[in-house]
Formats: sequence, structure tokens, C-alpha cells
Amino acid sequence: MNTAITILIDGLSYASWLFIVALGLTLVFGVLKILNIAHGSFYALGAYAAASFVGWFATLKFAPEWSLVAMLFAAVAVAVLVAPLTERGLMRFFYGRDEVLLVLVTYALFLMLEDVTKLLWGANPYYVSEPYALFGNVEIGDQVYVGYDFMLMGMALAVGLTVWWGLNRTRHGKIVLAVIHSEEVAASMGVNVSRVYMLAFSVGIFLAAIGGAFTAPLISVQPGVSVGVIIVSFAVVIIGGLGSIEGAAIGALIVGLARSFAVHVMPEAELFSIYIVMALVLMVRPEGLFQRIQARKI
Amino acid sequence: MASKQQIGSARVGAWRRGMARSAIALGVGALAFGAQAQETFKVGVVSFLSGQAAESFGIPAVNGAKALVEAFNKGEAPAPYNKTGFGGMKIEAIYVDENGGATKQVQELRNLYDREKVDAVVGYVGSGDCLAVAPVAEEMKKFLILYDCGTPRIFEDGKYNYVFRTASHATMDNVALARYMKARNVKAATYNMINQDYAWGQDSRKDFMLSMAQLYPDAKAGEDLLPKFGAGQYGTEISALMSKRADVTHSSLWGGDLQAFILQSGPRGLFKRSQVVLSAADHVLTNLGDKMPDGAILGARGAYGLLSPKSALNDWWWSVYQKAQNTYPAQAPYRMAQALMGLKLATEKAMAANGGKKPTSEQLAAALKGMEWDSPGGKIRMTLGDGHQATQETAIGKTRYDAAKKMVVLDDIQRFPAECVNPPPNVKSEDWIKSNFAGAKC
Repeated sequence: MNTAITILIDGLSYASWLFIVALGLTLVFGVLKILNIAHGSFYALGAYAAASFVGWFATLKFAPEWSLVAMLFAAVAVAVLVAPLTERGLMRFFYGRDEVLLVLVTYALFLMLEDVTKLLWGANPYYVSEPYALFGNVEIGDQVYVGYDFMLMGMALAVGLTVWWGLNRTRHGKIVLAVIHSEEVAASMGVNVSRVYMLAFSVGIFLAAIGGAFTAPLISVQPGVSVGVIIVSFAVVIIGGLGSIEGAAIGALIVGLARSFAVHVMPEAELFSIYIVMALVLMVRPEGLFQRIQARKI
Repeated sequence: MASKQQIGSARVGAWRRGMARSAIALGVGALAFGAQAQETFKVGVVSFLSGQAAESFGIPAVNGAKALVEAFNKGEAPAPYNKTGFGGMKIEAIYVDENGGATKQVQELRNLYDREKVDAVVGYVGSGDCLAVAPVAEEMKKFLILYDCGTPRIFEDGKYNYVFRTASHATMDNVALARYMKARNVKAATYNMINQDYAWGQDSRKDFMLSMAQLYPDAKAGEDLLPKFGAGQYGTEISALMSKRADVTHSSLWGGDLQAFILQSGPRGLFKRSQVVLSAADHVLTNLGDKMPDGAILGARGAYGLLSPKSALNDWWWSVYQKAQNTYPAQAPYRMAQALMGLKLATEKAMAANGGKKPTSEQLAAALKGMEWDSPGGKIRMTLGDGHQATQETAIGKTRYDAAKKMVVLDDIQRFPAECVNPPPNVKSEDWIKSNFAGAKC
């Protein structure tokens, strides 16, 4: 029983982190039809910016609780600074081109941003470990968990619900859905499609950055943090169905629980577990679990 | 008939011509001397300047190389390293990034020898890179020193004439850990392991298990986790290690992975619940500071940094590095230093045998084979792999955060002679451990 609870908590913890990152990836694909490899770099930028902002807040003698606000500011700053530059300065020139080309463009951007982070922050690691202790420890069974991990679970739930509510229950969200459904019709109805693209891209970058910012207290922020996250995020959105929020949530849960189960029960199959789940899902539903069947335009 | 005056003028002319000839000869000689003095010894230094191993190993090693080359070129190093450059030849170092995989490194190595015309290459942290480049240098008949990589396979499975490794391979690290535990009666009825899922992690895990089987024959291995390289998040692994309680938790994680693991497992109490032993962890101590839990047993892959022995050479090296980098040297710069010091002495030995001229790869190889020299971390002896693989002493210690010094210090340090923790010549590491360390001198 203890093991089952541990597997569940560990799985949920990993899934919540993964969901925040994968949500941005799936949103950008849903709206702009871009498989954005540079998403991992935006995650890294969020982590680095959080390290800088938390340090800055500390020098201004803010109380440790303010480091959470600093991390949020960092994610907003990354979205505000990087999104317009990237979307208006680069991506818009490739809209409507072959999807493979777009993947290559984002890969090139990924490589460039790797060097940009190194240029700005160097190769030395950064630590933001102070916020990790803010929520104390929680004892469950024979395990001691850090409260911060449970805060991340709550945050993932809040972020997921906010994005879902924003898309499905607000006027702006419905405009975005209209663009997703048919760009031409939306444009003919007076929707500023370019603005919608930039908004969706900015939210996507913000979600990647907030994932990185709130992961920073767990890790040493240094070159290379972007690589692992993008591969596993792709697995999540492919399992869930590209462009689907519910899919990202279920995909993250499946990957998180599968990984946790493997580590506890069959550690040698840990790497394999994520990809076998992905293969099994794709065998049954090649479009992913939540991808709606779309009518082809003739 | 020539007058006296004419004779005198002719003598003066002859004297002048003689002087002029002498001046020309002197000038030419001076030019030639100048050319000799200007002759350089080109070294290709390869290490990680980018990627995940850069911060932990590559950049500190290159920083160490830069500080040392500068000191050598100024003739400021203590004896026997006090000749300017390499035997009077100025050292010209070219730094190459090791990041990018084995195929790229093979191309870069060829480039260094063929286009850059380097006289020697010193490099490589990654075991995969070492395994890939060693046969290429051998095929090209060019001199190569592997300064860091850990796999014992290079000289246990292969035979080379032009390739050397000036540091002990990784078997020493885990044998020393297990011996340290045994010497201090650390309880180890059960042990868990967490190592990276690639050659280094798998070899380390195997060496530790084999050593435990000899020194703690009743000990049982519990969790045997092999997370992928660069995993970053270890929450699930830490739960697994906490669930299957064990007296000892072993790890060969390094760099960002090790730092993340310590940052995540410290607050969860893993270090209180189990004696954590880390085979290569000294390089994270300055970064972690008070986040490093007390009482962890750790090694540095040699008697390096805080584990290094007291000597005049070590004091000098420590001060040179600290002055340049504002921090003390950990394992990576030490391994680079012992490689460059070995190369310097081998070059000067080969020059002496070559009439003072720059030695060829063959002459360098003949000089370094079986050589011994003092390094800041202790004596280096090329005893294994037919004189091509080094052995050296090592040390293990226990962490304690010193609030007054605001740094992690290492207590209860135990030194192990090279013959205690390295296999004897012509015996493979695995066979040596399985033979209960036959021939070990402790």
C-alpha cells in the first residue's frame, strides 16, 4: 500500500511539472501548427531568468516568500521580451510552409538560444534553492516529501484550469478557437489573426518559462537543462494528441505514473517505459488520445 | 711595392673585413639562436568547453592548463619544472571543445595533427571520446595523452605505442571508497546505488559492487537505479532509495546531475537515513556550500583539491590556480596539471636524448613510457598498460560545512597508496577485484 501511494505521489509530482511545460508546447501547435523544438530553450531561459530575479530580490532584502513572485516575474519577462521578437522577427516568415521546415527553423532557434543563454549567463551553474524550503516538509507513510513539490502540483492544476477556462469561456479564447478552426473564415470575420498568433505564441513561451522558473529551485541551472525536457514533452503531447489541453494533462499523467511505476518496480525499464507507453497509444490511436478527427478541406 | 701606410691600410682593411665577417657570422648565429629560442611546442588541449561536462570538468581543466602554460612559459614553476616552456621551446596551446560526440572528436584530432601541426594532444574527459580517438592517434603515429577519462578498457583491451593516460582509471575510485568504508567499520549490511545510465555510471556501479562483494561479502544490494544522463529530476528515484532502506547509498553521479540529486535528496532526509558515498564529488562542494549535507563520504578521483597532500609543488599549484580563478582547484585542473607536467618532463627528457632538438612523436613516446614524476596530487607512475597507463595514490574524506570558513571542508581523510587501489601490471581491473585484490599493498 505504501509503495502504491509513493508511486502515485511521485507520478503526480513528475506529471505536474511535465504538464506545465507540455501545455505551452501543445497550445503553440494547436494555434500556429508549429512543433516547437525551441520550447526547451524557453524553459531554460525561464530557469536562468528566475535565478537572476531571485538573486536580485534577495539583494533588495525582500523576504524569502517574495522569491515566488520573482520567479513569476521572470517567466513574464521572458514571455514579454522573447515572444514578440521570435514570433514577429522569425516565425511569421515561415507560416504556411511545410511543417518539416518549421521544425527545422525551431531547431535552429534552439541551437542559437543555447548559445545565447551561455553568452548571457556563462557556463557556471546558478542556484535558486531558497524557495524550495518555503513550504516545509510533509511526511506521508515512510516518506518525507518537500512541500514545494505539492505546491507545484497545485500550480499545474491552476495553470491548466486557467488556460482551459481562458480558451473555452472567454471572448478572446473563443477568437483563438475560431482561428484554430479556420484561419481564413476568422480573418474574413474581422479577427486579427497575426495578433492571435502572437498572443498564443507568447502564452506558450510563458508556460515554458514558468515551468523552467519553478523548476529552478530543484536543480542547478546550467547549460543543457533544455535538452531533456523537450524530448519528454514531445512524448506527452504525442500521447495526448497534438493541440489538446486535456490530452496534455492525460499524457503527462500517463508518462508521470509510468515512469514512477518503472523506477519503483522495474528500474532498468525506466527509460523504456515512457516510449513503450507512447508506442502502445499510437498503435491504438495514431492521432493521440484526444485528437479530434478533422474533416479534410477539399 | 706597397708603402708602410698601404700595408697598414691593407691590415686595417683585413681586420675590418674579418670583423665584418665575424659580425655577420655572429648576426647569423644570433638569428639562428633567435629562431631556436622562438621555436614553439604546439599542444592541442581538448576538453569540454560547452555542454553538461563543461562547468564541472572541461572549463576548470582548461583554466588550469592556461595558468600552467603561462607559468611554464615564464619559467616560474618550481624545479624540476623550472625550465622555460618545454626545454626552452615556448608552449603554444590550442584549445578545442570536446562537445559534439566521438565522430566529431576524431575529425578534430585529425585536424589538430594535420592542419594545426600540433606536436602533441592532451585531452578528453569522455570515455567514449577516448576510446574513439586513441586508435586514430595510433594509426597516424602521433603523440596523444588522455588526461581524464575513466574507462579501464583503453589499455586493458588495447595496446598502443603513441597513446598514454597520465591519470589512474576509474577502478581506483570505487575500490578506495569500499576500502575507506571497511577501514572505518561503516555498517553496510545493505546498500543502494544510483548511477548514470552510460559507460561511466555502469562501470562505477560494477566496480563498487565487485569491491563490496570482497570487503563486505554479506552485504546485499537493494535499489540499483540507472537514471538517464542529465535527468535533472530525481524525486521518484529518491523515494525509491528512501523506501528500500539501506545502510549505504552509493553514487557516481557528477556535475549538474549530482548537484540536483543532492539539492533534492538533502531536504528529504536521505543523507540522515543512509550513509551516502560518492565516488567523484569534490567538484560540487564549492557550488553547493551549506546545501551539501554533513557526513557524506566522497572521493575526488585522486588525491586532489581538499584531499591533496601537503607539498611545496601542491602549494605552488594551489596558489597559481587560486590567483587565476579565485577558487581552489578541484579534480579536473589537477588531472590536467599532471598531464602537462608529465608532457613537459617527457619532452625535456626526449630533447636531451635528441641533442637538444625538438623530439618526434616516437621520441616523446619512448620518454614517457614507464616514466615517474611528481605532481601536485602525488607521484604519477606509468606502471600499467606496458608503461602507458598511470597509477597514483588517492584519498577519501567526509564532508562538513565549516560556518566560519563559509565552505565545505573534508575531515577524517584517509590516503591510499597507488598499489592498494590499482591493479598490478598485466591484470585486468575486474579480475583483480574478483581475486580479492591479489598483490595489493595497503
